[in-house]
Amino acid sequence: MTLLALVLHMGHVGKGAERWINLAGLQFQPSEFAKIALVLALASWFHRIDIKRMGNPLRLIIPAILTLLPVALVLKEPNLGTAVIIGLIGATMFFAAGMRLWQIFLLVAPLPFLGKFVYAHLHDYQKARIETFLHPEHDRLGAGYNIIQSKIALGSGGMWGEGYLRGTQGQLNFLPEKQTDFIFTMIGEEWGYAGAAGVIGLLALLVVGGMLMAMRSRNQFGRLLALGISVDFFLYCAVNLSMVMGVIPVGGVPLPLISYGGSAMLTMMFGFGLLLSSWVHRNERDVPASQKDL
Amino acid sequence: MKRKRPSQPRSRAKREDTTPSRGVFTRRALLVLATQAGVLGVLGKKLYDLQVHEGDHLRDLAARNRTSKRLLAPARGQIVDRFGLQLAGNKVNWRALLMPEETTDIHATIARFGQIIALDERDQARIERDLRHIRKYVPVALKDFLSWDDMARIELNAPSLPGVLIDVGTTRLYPYGPQLAHIVGYVAPPNERDVASAPMMALPGMRAGRAGIEQTQDLLLRGAPGSVEMEVNSKGRVMGEMDRVDGQQGDEVVLTIDAGLQQMVLNRIGDQAASVVVMDCRNGEVLAMVSTPSFDPSLFDSGVSHAQWIEWTNNVRTPLINKTVAGVYPPGSTFKPAVALAALQSGLVNPQDRFTCPGYYDMGGVRFHCWSRWGHGSITMQQALMYSCDVYFYLAARKIGMEPIKAMANGFGLGTKLDIELPHTRAGVIPTPEWRQKRGYHWNGGDTVNAGIGQGFVQVTPLELATYVSRIASGRNVTPHLVRKVNETASERTPLDIAPSLQIPDEHLAIIRQGMFDVVNAPRGTAPKARLSLPDVAMAGKTGSAQVRRVSRALRESGHFNSMNLPGKSAPMRSSSALLLMMPRAMPLRL
Repeated sequence: MTLLALVLHMGHVGKGAERWINLAGLQFQPSEFAKIALVLALASWFHRIDIKRMGNPLRLIIPAILTLLPVALVLKEPNLGTAVIIGLIGATMFFAAGMRLWQIFLLVAPLPFLGKFVYAHLHDYQKARIETFLHPEHDRLGAGYNIIQSKIALGSGGMWGEGYLRGTQGQLNFLPEKQTDFIFTMIGEEWGYAGAAGVIGLLALLVVGGMLMAMRSRNQFGRLLALGISVDFFLYCAVNLSMVMGVIPVGGVPLPLISYGGSAMLTMMFGFGLLLSSWVHRNERDVPASQKDL
Repeated sequence: MKRKRPSQPRSRAKREDTTPSRGVFTRRALLVLATQAGVLGVLGKKLYDLQVHEGDHLRDLAARNRTSKRLLAPARGQIVDRFGLQLAGNKVNWRALLMPEETTDIHATIARFGQIIALDERDQARIERDLRHIRKYVPVALKDFLSWDDMARIELNAPSLPGVLIDVGTTRLYPYGPQLAHIVGYVAPPNERDVASAPMMALPGMRAGRAGIEQTQDLLLRGAPGSVEMEVNSKGRVMGEMDRVDGQQGDEVVLTIDAGLQQMVLNRIGDQAASVVVMDCRNGEVLAMVSTPSFDPSLFDSGVSHAQWIEWTNNVRTPLINKTVAGVYPPGSTFKPAVALAALQSGLVNPQDRFTCPGYYDMGGVRFHCWSRWGHGSITMQQALMYSCDVYFYLAARKIGMEPIKAMANGFGLGTKLDIELPHTRAGVIPTPEWRQKRGYHWNGGDTVNAGIGQGFVQVTPLELATYVSRIASGRNVTPHLVRKVNETASERTPLDIAPSLQIPDEHLAIIRQGMFDVVNAPRGTAPKARLSLPDVAMAGKTGSAQVRRVSRALRESGHFNSMNLPGKSAPMRSSSALLLMMPRAMPLRL
């Protein structure tokens, strides 16, 4: 039964990977689906590996490729924010699956150098985003406009906000992309800190719920799946919030469940479906390590 | 990241269904959860900082983002006479404005406007000038005083006139026109300097005071601009009006002038070129101040035409000059009371000393005539004043010299710049040898003799004469002024009871006042026409006439209160006469 279920999931993963390519021509953002696909693929891969064999680097090559392929493709797209999120999802799953600490160290140590290399190869507009992030006041009406207007709108909300639909900055179009990426700014302006913190609390509740579900599952696949979805959701939230507060550069990442946007919403609901499915199947036990085919 | 190595035996012992991967997973997932909680916590803190800590500052920025302020020109303050009659007010003026920022081609729009409503040369020149220095968001006035027909034509053609709007403003109204033009002054469109000193002057409809009270009280009359705060979107388009603060009309300036008295004086003058000042000698309030000929002050409101300007400036009777404060003329015999007081003050002449007048005075081979060919014989000071004997004052001036005369004259306001609320005032001259030498000439004895009767180099303004006679009447240092109140606040000019005394002995003043009483009321006085037939009011005064050329003397008197009758500078006769009158002869100081 368990194996069957796993195979079912596996097949899904495979189709997902293919579909990802097929869908590239459609209006969906394939990168959104790629994240779910990656979570499924990594979960199923690590599910089949005995944790004792995780020390063998060869075991990690395929999942590493599974992770880096979408990252590279999304980077090429180019969408730095999503690429980073995909990379972080993958890394977290590696970590939770029992990757050895020395392996982690080997991977993390060269990152600063890699960062330099990546920066040198960033697109100009991406560099501009980082530049404006560091010095938003240099370009008030240009690239820095979003961040400054966003901060202004948030600040004008104060503790209790200006009231629903009464935020001046949002309603008067000073805020760019107020329905999508900057929706949280609107919330902050109209409902104040109280409302905005409340929204953060609700989002946190979902994250914590997902993580608890992950820990309660009795099979590795379910655990990793639930963790991956939760981390995905969390990263979306964290990146978007940091972005509108001017903590990190602007990156075209929506606030899940709240921002207006088709594919992001669709994939997030899809992800939650998987999460709940893992909860439903939480009592299906892991097959003993001896039965694993790898 | 630090993590304990999973110790599998222990966890397996604890729970049967715990696999090694689950143990590792749980620990690591908790670590991830902690990290997530930490990140969200940091973001929450950051949000708090932004919204609550920096909130005030950012709210301020937000308010500036969305509002646009436009200033509204305030109504100029009124000028009224002492009884509240309006001397300068505002009347409604419909005008066409052009918003430079709302049309793509300013000149094409103006040209099209010109086809609908004729713009004359002056309008065009003014528009060109306005366009040069006015900012994009400040409308330019195209045409003032639109009729209903004009407005209808503009509205009909509105689609082809982008940026043109009809606006109602106010224009200055002078109900008394030329009668008070020299006192009230006039307004004109502000120039670049006005705008540089006060940005609100750039608002359409603002006027700057250019003469008279309009100029000296300009800052009070301007008022405070109102403003309308509009909500704008990120493109600057107006979404609605949020707040409107109506402008504060300028202060009401109440003058000391009595418009009725002013009219009466003008009627008596007729069409002569003359200057009259009627002053309340108790407190220096100027009740009437006339300088003829005058001009129409409303012509300045939208800019005077070139032809009109040429006509005014070429007129020998100088209609634009307020002769009462800017015209200097020899005071003639009206100067004699000052000389007499100086002589008394010096102690060199006693009131009872008699000087003999044979009709002339010879000095250094030059003969100085008395106006009376036969002379006045042996006379005292009081008689000398009554007869206006020249020889007496020739002798007195010779005896005491110019310095005491100058000191006394200055003390009475003669030859000093009087602090009245009018621009372009001039000060007369009381000459001294030093003054003359400074200009590279010698002072001759004859100059002192001439100065003794208010001729030669002595020059004063009519306002100085009026101040002079007020001070003789009151014995106090009254100063002329025109502003009685601003709004309801009384002018801070010194009222009589605290005006400092001139420190001239009463017995000296009594002699002068008696002499001046005799001028009018004694049978042989020089101004019998000014005698009043009223039983209980007596008039005192002093005549004066000055010759400019050495021509045979003809005493000219005008029969007006405290008046001087002065033809223009190149009038054929070039002689002037003055009459000082005061009433009653000694001022009751507590009224």
